[in-house]
Amino acid sequence: MQEFLTFTIIGLSTGAIYAVVASGLVVTYTTSGIFNLAHGATGMLAAFTYWQLRFDWNMPAPLALFITLFVLCPLFGVITERFVMRGLQGTSEVVRLSVTVALFAFMIGLANWIWPSDSSRKAFTKFFEGNTVSILGINISWHKLITFGCAILVAIVLRLLLFRTRMGVAMRAVVDDRSLTELNGGRPDRVAMFAWALSAMLAGLAGILLAGEQQLNIEPLVLLVINAYAAAIIGRLKNLPMTFAGAAVLGLLDAYYLEFSDKSWFPHSIMGFGISGMRASIPTIVLFVALLARPQTRLRAGIVRFREQNKVPSWSTSIMGAVALITITIAISGMLTRSNTLLLLNGFTFAIAALSLVPLTGYAGQMSLAPLTFAGLGAIAMSKLPGNGNLLTLIGAILIVAFVGALVALPALRLSGIYLALSTAAFAVLVTKLVFNQKQTFMSGNIAVPILDIPFVDINTPRGRLILTSIAFSTLGLGVVAIRRSRLGRRLIALKDSPVAAATLGMSLTRTKLAAFAISAGIAACAGALAGDKVSPQQFDFTQSLPIVLLAVVGGVGTVGGALFGGLMLGGNSVLATVVPTLKNVAKILPGTIGVTLGRNPNGAATQIAEAYRSLMNKWGLLSFVTAGGIGIWALDAQYVISHWAFFISGIFWLLAVTPNLLAIVNAPPVRRIIASIYLAIGVIVAISIDWDNAVDSTGKRLIALILLIALFGVGAQRLTEHAPRVHRASPDVIGLTTAFTDEELDHAERELGVVL
Amino acid sequence: MSLLEVRGVMVRFGGVMAVGGVNLDVQAGEVTGLIGPNGAGKTTLFNVISGMQEPTAGSVHVSGVDVTHEAPHRRAKRGLARTFQRLELFSSLTVRDNVRVAAELAALTNIDETVDNLLEKVGVSDLAEQTAGDLPTGSARLVEIARALATSPRLLLLDEPASGLDEAESDRLGVLLHELTDEGLGVLLVEHDMSLVMHVCDRIFVLDLGLIIANGTPNEIQHDPKVLHAYLGAPS
Repeated sequence: MQEFLTFTIIGLSTGAIYAVVASGLVVTYTTSGIFNLAHGATGMLAAFTYWQLRFDWNMPAPLALFITLFVLCPLFGVITERFVMRGLQGTSEVVRLSVTVALFAFMIGLANWIWPSDSSRKAFTKFFEGNTVSILGINISWHKLITFGCAILVAIVLRLLLFRTRMGVAMRAVVDDRSLTELNGGRPDRVAMFAWALSAMLAGLAGILLAGEQQLNIEPLVLLVINAYAAAIIGRLKNLPMTFAGAAVLGLLDAYYLEFSDKSWFPHSIMGFGISGMRASIPTIVLFVALLARPQTRLRAGIVRFREQNKVPSWSTSIMGAVALITITIAISGMLTRSNTLLLLNGFTFAIAALSLVPLTGYAGQMSLAPLTFAGLGAIAMSKLPGNGNLLTLIGAILIVAFVGALVALPALRLSGIYLALSTAAFAVLVTKLVFNQKQTFMSGNIAVPILDIPFVDINTPRGRLILTSIAFSTLGLGVVAIRRSRLGRRLIALKDSPVAAATLGMSLTRTKLAAFAISAGIAACAGALAGDKVSPQQFDFTQSLPIVLLAVVGGVGTVGGALFGGLMLGGNSVLATVVPTLKNVAKILPGTIGVTLGRNPNGAATQIAEAYRSLMNKWGLLSFVTAGGIGIWALDAQYVISHWAFFISGIFWLLAVTPNLLAIVNAPPVRRIIASIYLAIGVIVAISIDWDNAVDSTGKRLIALILLIALFGVGAQRLTEHAPRVHRASPDVIGLTTAFTDEELDHAERELGVVL
Repeated sequence: MSLLEVRGVMVRFGGVMAVGGVNLDVQAGEVTGLIGPNGAGKTTLFNVISGMQEPTAGSVHVSGVDVTHEAPHRRAKRGLARTFQRLELFSSLTVRDNVRVAAELAALTNIDETVDNLLEKVGVSDLAEQTAGDLPTGSARLVEIARALATSPRLLLLDEPASGLDEAESDRLGVLLHELTDEGLGVLLVEHDMSLVMHVCDRIFVLDLGLIIANGTPNEIQHDPKVLHAYLGAPS
């Protein structure tokens, strides 16, 4: 009994921390409609900051707490809202979620940069370490008491805030109807800013409390958020009391599991499958169950116009692209060293994983956070199926994983948007924790995936595998193009654009979603099945999927080219650190940094470059400038001022980073025009002046550097020249209009009303 | 047997009675109007008929078949099609593909021809290759009608099709509705443009506060004291 009570208290105190995190999640979701995947990472960053102030710089605890929780956290929240989240109105849930993924990646990168994990272990003591009080014969640490106190305080303060203050009323009004609040003089932006500040404080508080209980490590603190998701979902992302109750249940489950799993009668395996990953899976299982217990998403009519749009890819362009990709790969693969070949191979593998998101996320608008989980299953199937890696084995692996994909999707189909995305995340975590660590799957930590066995062709070299992977990507890419141009493709788009119209026209949403999930899982399976090498479960971890989703969306998840761009960017970035050691830390935060600016351009980078070229047509002045620049670079090369490599790299840079931005620069307001021009000029000078032949010692590294240069300068300049589009505010229907007022009409109305002198 | 029979349909949202026991019939070959002040429950009733809203009580029959608990896409297979008050076009598809998706879902054989004919019929042929999301409201409404017709329905539900249409477009819509009913289609029309309603409808139901307060020919409705009261608040 005594023991049971002790564990109950432990459980409740863990639950109290979950409750604090979860309430922060609820606060931002309800006021800005953004489900913040980076919420746990915020807490992590706060805990590290507190450690820095309190233990490294030896500030007194109250001062360190005050600075962390009441100065830095709110500041961070305000900055996040103002510069990242506000630009996201009018974007799809996919983009919104990706931006929080980016923020997540950014913060982890930042923490790794500032507080490298290899340095000495960070002491992090509890509040009033060593002091306990005895209640009902049980010793409770002061830290736990403080944790309880904080949770209760948070509950009371939130209740008072929401129901007794003007800001609270405004927050609830924004939840009910954002545009109506605005029409009535409310300021949703300000409310959202306050909510983000509050949410960051709550995350920070929970992070510090948890770090005291456990240790100061990035991963548990970040994954804390999964527990919080589960609690928040139990509260249906709205109801705070239910959220607190859910958090308590989670904490108790965890504690009781800990207690009982030590008992002799507790099983260590079920039907031959080990359950060592069980404890870590509890929150995920609860999350999954809570998600499935949600009522079916009701079909609702309502204007949801996204800013993302992609044209139908034509066959000629697609085939030309595929042929070009394979040709270029074959051509450059001869010049690559072995290690660089493997790096590029990696990029293509990521690109295939990213491609799996194109039909599912890009076309059908269904978010999956588990592409690499399916890749992992593909790798297992390829190695276990008979045939030792011949084409039939591959097809078998694809079909099995596609079937699993559909099976997994089945219970999740009732869900949509954020709930669906979370259920795929839950699936990914469960597979990682419960399937990938079985002796039946990844036996001794890694398994050998056989190389695809094609008759009469020997591809048993890195170069052969690289070419094979590029052919695989091109083939799958053409397949995806074929889908987009088919009946099914139109249905997928219809599903994204208006599920309700699609349903009333006779489309079974369930069947269409199932098809999308199966296709996506099948493509992702190829990323694992074609590995042709030893693979380890870590490669397919849930956390590895996140950057893929992120960079696919950054590249442009609506197009095959975008997936390629995203995959190569990720491949390039992961080796940036090894190539240029001084940029190691930049590499850590780069994907996140690129990602958080997505709100400005939800279409992705690849689409944008294509569109920029289209818009240059008939702009003869700019076209001649482009040509002149190209000739200039060529002339430098011809006169032996620069090397062939510098010519090649600066030429590509000119075409992919400078040219697409020219029109936007010309049209930008003066200050931005000058800054962007200087920024791009620096890029050109860098590309030309680096001694590519000697300073960079291999072709692979040069190519990676090229991709990164384009990402850094091309995308960067684009952000500089672009205004956040004027967000369409209150729907005109609300005040009985069918179209928004034009500026002239507004001027006229104001003159009539005597508002303007 | 009527094409559409709505019997005792009631929808309650929490404590609010949005639709309170409505009976309504639509005959094949006729335009039936459903009018009423804002908030009368017209769109909710539409949602019940098309399957987007489960009624608290009551039943919906299409051609004698009880469809009350059927999913929207199954009702579509039974010949029910609708448009939306707030436009629901597939905004990233072209106008042609919008109509095409619907024709493909209906498993028609000569899809290209059907699509061309329908675009011609509603008068948006010249917009065929435009992205639907870029259309002005008036054209978008016409495309929605073409798309609904592509499922070759027997019953067409139109939710304020004339709002956003200019006078010429509105006139053409009236002509189109007559053409459709001549082909045997039944139309249920929710509309605020009274001249269009009075002009095209064979029979009109008036909904107020979730209840049918009158039904009859346009002429009867125009002189019904209860209707005047509901619209103008004049003493009856």
